[in-house]
Amino acid sequence: MSSHGIRDRVAIVSMGCTRFAEHWDKGLDDLIIEATGEAFAGAGITKDDVDAYWFGTAQSGMSGITLARPLRLEGKPVTRVENYCATGSEALRQAAYAVASGAYDVAMAVGAEKVKDSGYQGLNAFPIPNDGTQRSLTAAAMFSMVAPAYAKRYGVGDDEMRTVLARIASKNHANGARNPKAQFRREMTVEAICGMPAVAGGLNVFDCAGVADGAAAAIVVRAEDAHRYTDAPLLIKALSFVAGNGSGLEDPGYDYTWFPEVATSVADAYAQAGITDPRAELAMAEVHDCFTPTELVLMEDLGFCERGTAWKEVLAGTFDLDGELPVNPDGGLKSFGHPVGASGLRMLYEAWLQLRGEAPPERRMSTFGRRSLALTHNLGGYPGEMVSFVSIVGTER
Amino acid sequence: MRGVLGWGTHVPHRRLDRTTIRAVAGNGGGKGTRAVASYDEDSTTMGVAAARAALRTVDVRPGALWFTTTTPTYLDKTNATTVHAALRLDRDTAAYDAVGASRSVFAAVSAALDARGPVLVVTSDLRVGLPGGPEEATAGDAAAAVVFGGDEDAPVLAEVLARTSLTEEFIDRWRTPGDVASRTWEERFGETRYVPLAAEALKTVLGDAGLDVADVDALVVSGLHERACTAVAKKSGVAPERVVDRLTTQVGNPGAAQPLLLLASALESAEPGSVIVLLSLADGVEAMVLRATDAIASTSAAPGVAEQVGSGAPVSYGRYLAWRGLLPVDPPRRPEPARPSASASGRNADWKFGLSGPAGVLADQQGTVTTFTVDKLVYSQSPPVVFAIVDFDDGERLPVEMTDVDADDVAVGMRVEMTFRRLHTADGIANYFWKARPVTGDPVAGDRP
Repeated sequence: MSSHGIRDRVAIVSMGCTRFAEHWDKGLDDLIIEATGEAFAGAGITKDDVDAYWFGTAQSGMSGITLARPLRLEGKPVTRVENYCATGSEALRQAAYAVASGAYDVAMAVGAEKVKDSGYQGLNAFPIPNDGTQRSLTAAAMFSMVAPAYAKRYGVGDDEMRTVLARIASKNHANGARNPKAQFRREMTVEAICGMPAVAGGLNVFDCAGVADGAAAAIVVRAEDAHRYTDAPLLIKALSFVAGNGSGLEDPGYDYTWFPEVATSVADAYAQAGITDPRAELAMAEVHDCFTPTELVLMEDLGFCERGTAWKEVLAGTFDLDGELPVNPDGGLKSFGHPVGASGLRMLYEAWLQLRGEAPPERRMSTFGRRSLALTHNLGGYPGEMVSFVSIVGTER
Repeated sequence: MRGVLGWGTHVPHRRLDRTTIRAVAGNGGGKGTRAVASYDEDSTTMGVAAARAALRTVDVRPGALWFTTTTPTYLDKTNATTVHAALRLDRDTAAYDAVGASRSVFAAVSAALDARGPVLVVTSDLRVGLPGGPEEATAGDAAAAVVFGGDEDAPVLAEVLARTSLTEEFIDRWRTPGDVASRTWEERFGETRYVPLAAEALKTVLGDAGLDVADVDALVVSGLHERACTAVAKKSGVAPERVVDRLTTQVGNPGAAQPLLLLASALESAEPGSVIVLLSLADGVEAMVLRATDAIASTSAAPGVAEQVGSGAPVSYGRYLAWRGLLPVDPPRRPEPARPSASASGRNADWKFGLSGPAGVLADQQGTVTTFTVDKLVYSQSPPVVFAIVDFDDGERLPVEMTDVDADDVAVGMRVEMTFRRLHTADGIANYFWKARPVTGDPVAGDRP
């Protein structure tokens, strides 16, 4: 078995993204129309010019009809995809492979989620009938177990660990404050974040991603056709995906300080893209900061630093907007909230803006003009039972 | 001669301080404590706990299981089958309910003594009185299980020398199905009926056993009519120091569980040759005479009644009321859990009820908390949820909820054992599964005076 990838064979030629927010006055259809409309306009095409659609939503609708109805598509193939919190990324992956296969010339990936109609805070799984023995813990509580495990393994003190996690949240809020599409646009100091009461393990609300409604979309074509739609396409360098088998939950050897699925998927992505030194080669990364300890551990799983050193790198500002490798320059899940189906494409939207110089000056990453590759990382599930997606895109062949 | 082969009891972890009641309810309360079933316990789960303890003391496979309670989780559906499944009994071990009146305990005991082979009798009760009333304070929650059988099954620890049953129809206590609390007639009336009935039963049963009241080493008087029980003991002719403590000051009266709980208490302090008389006042009087054998010297139920009575941790009156549904507290702002699927539960019954998986039975193992978290966001009947990654001594790992512990008292490295609990109820279906709790008697168990 081998993963060959589709390096430089498919290009993203346009994207769209709504503001992420508690859109009390907008339904799923409104969000879909807004995100796809921006993408169609950017490419100078209409919905009829797209040959096939992949629609990612975790819980806001079923089947391709959920997309076909608001867009009034006529006779188009639309596939609804779901892959936990990596749903939006999965839509892109399928659309890109469809174009690479030659089956279609133009494909669109759309991700959308209407979360705030449930009447509850947080994300809510709709239950599949089962024997009642399944774990019912919140995601926050599951990920909260990572922080003490990491601190213990690497000898980080309680107060220091608290500061490290707050530093991650503070960095993402600082970036989000500079992003008009983000849900939360207020900077938060490390001190203020440290002072909040815990809600799950040692995590407080500012360690957790928000909840929002939103949609995002991308149009993909064969790389050689990209110039018909834009002068500045993004080339897909790698797409990788791993679905864990849940064995981490039962494995006494698993210590909650890393995510094996992420390590496996990123190794595949780097191989596809030919990357050997990600910290030096990547211009930026958008990662799945669902909770602050998640982002901490991801810095090591993604190979941005050695195991046991991410906490020092965080404190040193390595992943700040003006750092050596900016991580979550758009503000991340922390500032955007997490409309499940949309988040993966929202991450890609930031790569689209930053690599092509369209991010506003106050949010421009330090590496702009010097490096041409971006990574997006999108996970779903929990420590021990996870799906992990990694994409690498770039502006140069 | 048939008799007792083993026993086990369960006194729940939580205690309600009766002195805290009056300030809230305006009335009621009293001195001492009562035992309180946790929010995740019901008569079935407490029965499982007692039955597991009983089967740890005697190595038999029961031919039948009887389950008795006045507070069954289900009508129509048999509750004993849940106990049967949690005990991983053989499919050809019959399991029957004898539920409703507390007198039904003796239907089960009689059936056990008249049967062949070992028979497990499980009694369990969760007694509730309305706030501020006397029953709220005097009642208690507990379970007790006894394995009956003959020497061909296992060494008999106490032979049943004689038993008798007197039946009488009168209204002393009653409860309409669906009501949480009982109603009672004027106390004096019941007392005038029970006292002479008990005297007659005691005389008859001692005569049948060829014994005299002076031969009685331990007299158990059980029944929900507290005043009659006191009077019967006083007038029995048995010396006060030989009357078995009814545990009213620490546990309260656990209804259908009381006769066998107190019998277990008497057996735990019995010596070879000790004569124990059990009188039960319930719509008539049941009487039974037992004599401990030499084998009793080499047995012990762990944990014993006294040990359980002496441990435990407090629960506030407000939380107690919320647990019993008598104080409607604001539910967590999360969707309520769905009912478990009958067919999925059936397919996975070994795991769900017996905690028995491909790698073996985890139910009877101890483990260590490797890491844990406290979840204040998730839906729970009694937040917060304490959730632990437990590594069992045989190498298995299970992420599982904890119970009978305060969040502040959980620590990495804590030793835990498994306990059968009701996770939630949806659409009237009790969702049973297992939780971890600190090993009983473990000094880090968070037990506080």
